[in-house]
Amino acid sequence: MNFTPAVLLAVSLCGYAIGAGGGLLFLRRERLANLFCFGASALSALSGLAAAMLFLVGGAGATAPQFELFPAPLPYLHFSVWLDPLSAFFLLLVSLLGVAIAIYSLGYARGYFGRKNVGVLGALFNALALATTLVVTADNVWLFLVAWEIMALAAYCLVSFEHEKAEARQAGVLYFIMAHIDAVCVILGFLMLFQAAGDYGFASLHDIGAKMPPGRRDAAFLLFLVGFGIKAGVVPLHIWLPAAHPVAPSNVSAFMSGVLIKTGIYGFARVAFDFLGAPPLWWGVTVLTVGTISAVLGVLYALMEHDLKRLLAYHSIENIGIILMGLGAALIFLHTGNPLLATLALVAGLYHTINHAVFKGLLFLGAGAVLHATHTRNMEEMGGLIRRMPQTALFFLIGAVAISALPPLNGFVSEWLTYQALLQGFGTTNSLMRLIFPLSGAMLALTSALAAACFVKAFGITFLAQPRSEHAAQAHEAAPTMLLGMGLLAGACVALGLFSVQFVRLLDPLTQQLTGQQLSAQLSAAHGLVLTSLTERSGTVSTLGLSLTGLCLVPIPFALAWVFARRTKVRVGPTWDCGQRSLTPRMEYTATGFSKPIRMVFKALFRPHREVQREYDFSPYFAKTLRFDSHVEEVFEQQIYRPARVMILRAARRVRALQAGSIHVYLLYIFGTLVLLLLLFAI
Amino acid sequence: MNVDLSAAVAQTALLLLLAPLLSGLIKNWKAKLQNRRGARIWQPYFDLVKYLRKDMVISEHASWIFSVTPGVIFLTALSAGLMVPLVTANAPLGLFGGAIAVVGVLALGRFFMALGGLDPATTFGGMGSSREMTIAALAEPAMMLAIFTVATMAGSTNLGQIVLAGQEPGWKFLDAPHALAFAAMFIVLLAETGRIPVDNPATHLELTMIHEAMVLEYSGRNLAFAEWGAAIKQLVLMALLTNLFFPLGLAPVVTPAALGAGLAFFAAKLLILAGAVVLVEFTNAKLRLFRVPDLLSAAFILATLALVSTFLFR
Repeated sequence: MNFTPAVLLAVSLCGYAIGAGGGLLFLRRERLANLFCFGASALSALSGLAAAMLFLVGGAGATAPQFELFPAPLPYLHFSVWLDPLSAFFLLLVSLLGVAIAIYSLGYARGYFGRKNVGVLGALFNALALATTLVVTADNVWLFLVAWEIMALAAYCLVSFEHEKAEARQAGVLYFIMAHIDAVCVILGFLMLFQAAGDYGFASLHDIGAKMPPGRRDAAFLLFLVGFGIKAGVVPLHIWLPAAHPVAPSNVSAFMSGVLIKTGIYGFARVAFDFLGAPPLWWGVTVLTVGTISAVLGVLYALMEHDLKRLLAYHSIENIGIILMGLGAALIFLHTGNPLLATLALVAGLYHTINHAVFKGLLFLGAGAVLHATHTRNMEEMGGLIRRMPQTALFFLIGAVAISALPPLNGFVSEWLTYQALLQGFGTTNSLMRLIFPLSGAMLALTSALAAACFVKAFGITFLAQPRSEHAAQAHEAAPTMLLGMGLLAGACVALGLFSVQFVRLLDPLTQQLTGQQLSAQLSAAHGLVLTSLTERSGTVSTLGLSLTGLCLVPIPFALAWVFARRTKVRVGPTWDCGQRSLTPRMEYTATGFSKPIRMVFKALFRPHREVQREYDFSPYFAKTLRFDSHVEEVFEQQIYRPARVMILRAARRVRALQAGSIHVYLLYIFGTLVLLLLLFAI
Repeated sequence: MNVDLSAAVAQTALLLLLAPLLSGLIKNWKAKLQNRRGARIWQPYFDLVKYLRKDMVISEHASWIFSVTPGVIFLTALSAGLMVPLVTANAPLGLFGGAIAVVGVLALGRFFMALGGLDPATTFGGMGSSREMTIAALAEPAMMLAIFTVATMAGSTNLGQIVLAGQEPGWKFLDAPHALAFAAMFIVLLAETGRIPVDNPATHLELTMIHEAMVLEYSGRNLAFAEWGAAIKQLVLMALLTNLFFPLGLAPVVTPAALGAGLAFFAAKLLILAGAVVLVEFTNAKLRLFRVPDLLSAAFILATLALVSTFLFR
């Protein structure tokens, strides 16, 4: 057999299906189900990864493989998939994460043995991976929407997997509602495209926007922006994200945050760059603005969290914002007629897409390992885990450095490209509108600095210092398969950081498809060691060079220490305790305390509530009991979603009057409707 | 643009040797202004050697993060310094990164310093980390906008290119964009190097300290490298300020005469900037922590104005 991308993709899809079936078959044999399901998904993902890599390495000239999964049961309904460059890129992302998460799950799912049905978990996980793969490879609207819906349902089931907890049930329902609002928008958008094209194959939708009246085109754009924005978790449509990600099993959280929300980006990129044609200015401005707001608000809310997984969920909102900044800038540059710059911005956005998938997947897996070991998501009960879980700590640290956009890891490279695109955008127009570029650049700087603060907190409070609870003190290192899964993603963070020039080459076919430009030759200098921003003059960076520099400098401190400090001794002693008897974990800085300055600085946004109750006999300084309560307000939930919910419930209560419960009344309704319809159509 | 190994070695030596001197000078001048005799300007060298020779006490709660942090601070400051033009117009490693990379590399050092503060389970360390990260986050946008201003005017984020653009005839040193961006960067410099009115480098064991709180648990050679790294970072940031905004005298070609002139100009500019920092420290009191955001938002507004003025006052 010849291993072409098409064959590998087919193998991958079949593998997921078999994995899902196997899970249901082995419902009562959890060990076998675990091995079979996650083994199948790991192999399928590996096959998908190979397919995507083979296709992308083929370059811009490769023909897109296209094949039918099974014969159409109905006319119009084609179950056929393809692998064009955009699909292949997202298949790469889905499969890369799929491999690591499936391997991790082999160990993680053991925590559910005897408690929950692992067969169901494995089957649903495979179904989710299958649906996600289909979403990014579908070559027509039908299959896309069917897969989109299966993906939403599988994710809903997985979010409420631990349904005995009220929190999980509520989050599941919220996700379910939001996913369907999003499906409605996407379906309506595709219907509008369908009207113009008369066909629903993706190939015939290419550039269809040019044939649509501008008003309809704008309406379709807005529908897609809202629909895919909900899936991606854009502010203010993000509220399902911090609710759903924390309660799902951690391997699922990693998949949702790393992959599932990226399908929103996939859909948006597909529609905005492939289908809708030359964009008007306000599209790009809207996307860039929305992205900037999402980035800043996402990280600010993340800082206020002390639930490790919720914190990570808010960071997903931030990073989706950064991705949209790149895509929005690309749309603006397409409008102003700078296809090269548009390509640069697009590369920045897509690079950040895969980067975020990798480091967020890694961080969620790390959080899962911590949760597995300490049985809590509350950072205030952690601490000192670096001694008990050294490898997990190292991997989490790599993820933290990457997400904080610090060199030399991958987050830095994509943010650098975003900065460069924004910076050069300043010169593209003469209108006052160009201020949007540097201002969003400044907000990006604020975002990444706040992200660094947040991950100092997340890593420092979770892994460093003394354990703050009994659970944390008795934590244990994660299982080898879990470590392997995390290690793969940590390796990907490093590789994507150091070999950026080589990776950009993989994006060539994609940019050729979407903007008609190929950048990799221009972005590379000094034999692929240095990444440039279009020209060597306008800016260069080399994470590889920086790392080598750092390595070359390492002998200096060692030499100095050898010269001066050869005879010194190292003693381990207690931390200085100001003459107290001893330091207890209660004296350590807490996560809430750590973010207090930021809470104070941005108090206009957070509106922090603080309540202290003291009981004392003679002086308030000698309190017998002390109760402290502090929380911040979620503006969007309070100002938009709560009023909306109240309104819907009120309307529903009114409508309920119709439902009297008497069959006579219902017969009357039917009769009335009939008469009304007859009157309407007879006249 | 190429990587010049001998230039890199020379610049490393310059960074290592000049940084403590600059700290000593600022301390000495400050003392003079306060009517004290003050320590000699060479004192930081003796201090570093003294720290290096001392035994170390490491907290029983600390992990390997605590031990690698001083090294990371030291190496990131040095690496960042190699990307900044000090004496020659093209920095030795300018090819590896420009303004954004310098900011990023320094941020990596800060990230580890903050972790090092949290590691030994002391309240002081956590306090310092929390404040440092807050102030850095607020300073970052202003710094990035100021860099944007200079970079758009030169058409490059590469520091060497910005300097070369500045040396072209017809470049105005103090037109509105540059003056405003310089003012913004100066405030950022005070915040980033922990100077009054943001932090007080002379204080120990007070509840107001930021930088000192993070390195409180360090001793021996760990302390030496943390302090040395901080001094190098200060030198790098001051060089960034002087050379980006006043690229006067930086050697465009590598000849002995040009290098000598470049060194002399660099020293003169550093002295003037150090004098300005000392004056600010001497005439101001430390701000309350929650007043610092006001100062930094002033820097942000100045930088925004700088950017607007690039196309308003043409």
